[in-house]
Amino acid sequence: MIPASYYLYLSAILFVLGIIGVLVRRNLILILISIELMLNAVNLTFVTFSNYWGVYDGQVFVLFIMVAASAQVGVGLALVKTIFKKKAIVDVDKFNLLGQ
Amino acid sequence: MALSDIIRDNINSLNYFLPELLLTGLVLLMIIADLLLKKERSPWMSIIALIGSGVVLFAIINQYELGSRSIFNNMLAVDEFSIFFKLLFLATTILVIFLSIASVELSGRSVGEYFTLLMILTLGLFLMASATHMITIFIAIELVSIISFALVTYLKTRRRSSEAGLKYAIYGAFSSGLMLYGISILYGLTGTLNIYEIGEVLAGRDTNSLALLISVLLIMAGFGYKIASVPFHFWSPDVYEGAPTPITAFLSIGPKAAGFAVIIRFFNVALSNYDGVAEQWLALSNINWPQIIAVIAAATMTLGNLVAIAQDNVKRLLAYSSIAHAGYALLGVVVLSSQGVYATLFYLVVYYFMNLGAFFVVIIFQDIIGSEKIDDFKGLASRAPIPAIAMGVFLFSLTGLPPTAGFIGKFYLFAALIKAGPEFYWLAIVGLLNSVVALYYYARILKAMFFDKISEGVSPEPLKISPYYVTLLAVLGIPTILVGLYWAPLANLASHSVHFLPTF
Repeated sequence: MIPASYYLYLSAILFVLGIIGVLVRRNLILILISIELMLNAVNLTFVTFSNYWGVYDGQVFVLFIMVAASAQVGVGLALVKTIFKKKAIVDVDKFNLLGQ
Repeated sequence: MALSDIIRDNINSLNYFLPELLLTGLVLLMIIADLLLKKERSPWMSIIALIGSGVVLFAIINQYELGSRSIFNNMLAVDEFSIFFKLLFLATTILVIFLSIASVELSGRSVGEYFTLLMILTLGLFLMASATHMITIFIAIELVSIISFALVTYLKTRRRSSEAGLKYAIYGAFSSGLMLYGISILYGLTGTLNIYEIGEVLAGRDTNSLALLISVLLIMAGFGYKIASVPFHFWSPDVYEGAPTPITAFLSIGPKAAGFAVIIRFFNVALSNYDGVAEQWLALSNINWPQIIAVIAAATMTLGNLVAIAQDNVKRLLAYSSIAHAGYALLGVVVLSSQGVYATLFYLVVYYFMNLGAFFVVIIFQDIIGSEKIDDFKGLASRAPIPAIAMGVFLFSLTGLPPTAGFIGKFYLFAALIKAGPEFYWLAIVGLLNSVVALYYYARILKAMFFDKISEGVSPEPLKISPYYVTLLAVLGIPTILVGLYWAPLANLASHSVHFLPTF
């Protein structure tokens, strides 16, 4: 039996990697992937705690997160595609029309 | 609880869920109507949306008679607090529909989906105001966020609009990721997701304060994103500038007020104990969250106001001003008394009138002169006196000068803050200094409109303002002054709405 804390360490590491990915990566697709990584870290934490407390609402939450995350990525990718169609860029630093 | 009890509670709850159900029905109806009406660009979609909103309005008012109750097995609450916010959201939606009908930006586009999305967004705001469980809070916030992304990008042939939507989506996904991690830590500490149970568990047990602090800070990331408070405000100027102006006006009020509803409910229920005699809450002993929010409020006000000074674009200026106003409204949250909550609610209503009004004047000028730069507003007072005077009223109110509604709103906030004791005097001083800074940049717009000469090459002939615009300006402008002179009815409504389940 692997202790619960191991899962929590793993999910904390995944979460921090996700945050670093969002902040450091300049490619839009990779930023979206990093956000997915953060959400999966959250899912792992929820399942771990759900198992720890012996109640299931944490696992239900995971299902909701999956649904919301896919909806979010759906809209996000649609936006990337709209912009890409007009000008073939995926580099976030090039999105600087606003605020000038 | 037995399964049959759970099912029975769900069925009994439907009666209390009528406004949301009607709104869902309206959305489905609009999707079908849009398919049938697609060929002709008719005003029918907006008319359906308005009639539907009217029906929902009656259903909400009817909820006052049903009384307060927790519904769907403690997932949502129907109480005076949520009804107040629902009325505010519906009022916002109705006015934004009127603004959208007039908007030139949207004309020539298919607006069927636009109004449908607007109604779904309203449904999301309703859920945010009544959510009492972390799952419903999360789902409601996501519903509002995802629909907002689509609406901000609605002018997708304009690159600014797409860029704004994309920035909004990335910030939104990132901050909801942070919020979820915070919720998961809180779940690990307490073993429950219901905010009332979280409150009980945290009050009864000594939890690790460091873990609790991290979790509250992360959760505040998600909520702070919704109200655009520092340090999660980066999206707001870009999004406000790029989005269609009616949507900008909506975003500056709807989701912001909903964010306040969630913040007040979450912090007051889950992280404090209620003292019924003194009519105030006590923050949990192992986390001093009022100080955290006080620092956020001070930073939000100061940053919003200082950056607004340097703006040349009126929409961007109003974006920073709305960041600053989120800071003011947070003053009512930190004091943890009914008076503070009441001041925040009052301020949100006042803010609704003055901010929508200011954005509406920007829409009018943008449609006619095709620009939103302060330099292009020069001499507009002589060309279009009515919108210019109305803008004067809204900006005076946003500054907080008497005899406008903004003054009364700010007065209540600062009164609640001073009454809370010397602990928060510094915050009141920061707030007052900020009001002075705000006067400077609002006055810049007024100076351009009233005192500067019309730029060369621009014809000085009067602009035509349609009676429709004048009526809408009156609808927003008259209450802005009237509430400044006679605020008792609104104050009564706000003080009545402080009650939320089941602390009273």
